[in-house]
Amino acid sequence: MTPGSLLLADSRLPTGGHAHSGGVEAAVARGLLRDEADLALFLAGRLRGTGPVVAAVAAAGCLLAADPTVEWARWDGAVNARIPSAALREASRSQGAALLRTARRVWPSAALDGLWATGRRSHHPLVLGAVVTAAGDGPGVAALLALHHLLGGACSAAVRLLGLDPITVSAVQARMSQSVELAVLAATQIAGEAVTRQDTRLLPSTSTPLPEVLAELHARTEVTLFAS
Amino acid sequence: MLAPAAGPRDRRALRIGIGGPVGGGKTALVAALCRALRDELSLVVVTNDIYTTEDADFLRRHGVLPDERIRAVRTGCCPHTAIRDDITANLDAVEELTARHDPDLVLVESGGDNLTATFSYGLVDAQIFVLDVAGGDKVPRKGGPGVTRSDLLVINKTDLATLVGADLDVMRRDAEAVRESRPTVLISLRDQPDATPIVAWVRSLLRSASRQ
Repeated sequence: MTPGSLLLADSRLPTGGHAHSGGVEAAVARGLLRDEADLALFLAGRLRGTGPVVAAVAAAGCLLAADPTVEWARWDGAVNARIPSAALREASRSQGAALLRTARRVWPSAALDGLWATGRRSHHPLVLGAVVTAAGDGPGVAALLALHHLLGGACSAAVRLLGLDPITVSAVQARMSQSVELAVLAATQIAGEAVTRQDTRLLPSTSTPLPEVLAELHARTEVTLFAS
Repeated sequence: MLAPAAGPRDRRALRIGIGGPVGGGKTALVAALCRALRDELSLVVVTNDIYTTEDADFLRRHGVLPDERIRAVRTGCCPHTAIRDDITANLDAVEELTARHDPDLVLVESGGDNLTATFSYGLVDAQIFVLDVAGGDKVPRKGGPGVTRSDLLVINKTDLATLVGADLDVMRRDAEAVRESRPTVLISLRDQPDATPIVAWVRSLLRSASRQ
């Protein structure tokens, strides 16, 4: 890992992530997530559901950013098609925009300018991948960071909303290390193939209905603390 | 008075942050500033409620600004983070409103927080910290960056001083002792809903911003 990648792993880097719970608030509000054991199940579900998509897209974004002629819109469209919930698409796009805003000032580069120049708010994992290239690291780190934020955002939201023991919660996340490493390997390989063949259809399209439905309910709920 | 806009300008609108503990009168102050300035300036507001879009809804209900000039930002249980450590969601809201309305003045209202919650100057050009008398007359002495570093300290609800046994002279003296020469206003926004001294302070900032 480069020092730049560590900055990207650090929640102190201002990228707007603190206002998103990764679906935890909607689950907590409906009594579906009550304690550390529930959180462990929730995280395992996220890792298997949306995890393969965000990890492979981040790795692909990283590889694509090395190509000055990349068609960002096509790849962004492929990500869009893999997020059924409109509320989650918006959460992904707003976090992508926030990350790109910050990263362009932190790591000025042609790749990020190219992504900015598309004029659209690209999805978060795609932006993350491009930013990892700008920060001097490779696709495996991009996939790892995507999963780190997927799980870490949910963990910190659970601590804030339920008052869970933050030490236990850290242990829950640490216990997932091996599954995360396997997911990173798979995502990196798939992204390599997809980018080499310029075929977005090779990207994973795993999803689970419950988080998508809960995200829609969350977006329609009046009293919420997190944006998603 | 600012010159009328002749198409999009490249200068940045003046951004003022309004922070302070829960219930001090931040939203009442935003409403007062909107009523006083909306006819002469292009004005937009970003609110950061902790829970709901309550403050944005309050402003809409009272018709102080058209709906499309108000945006609510959610802060994930951390109103101080959204105005200081990670300002990106608020910057996004400010820039979106700026692109649509080309404002002269942007007001960013923080969710109610503690005495240490101040705005980053990456988000705003100046900040007002709002306390209220009912919070106790010892608060200015306790200090914290909101009291000591804000560009304008407002001590609201002076009408309650006798009811809660607060000594306004003590509050003024303690505030001035830690604020170097930065101004402090004691006011009851209920008795003086036009917020005259605060509006005058904002106008002075607008004048110096337009000279630059």
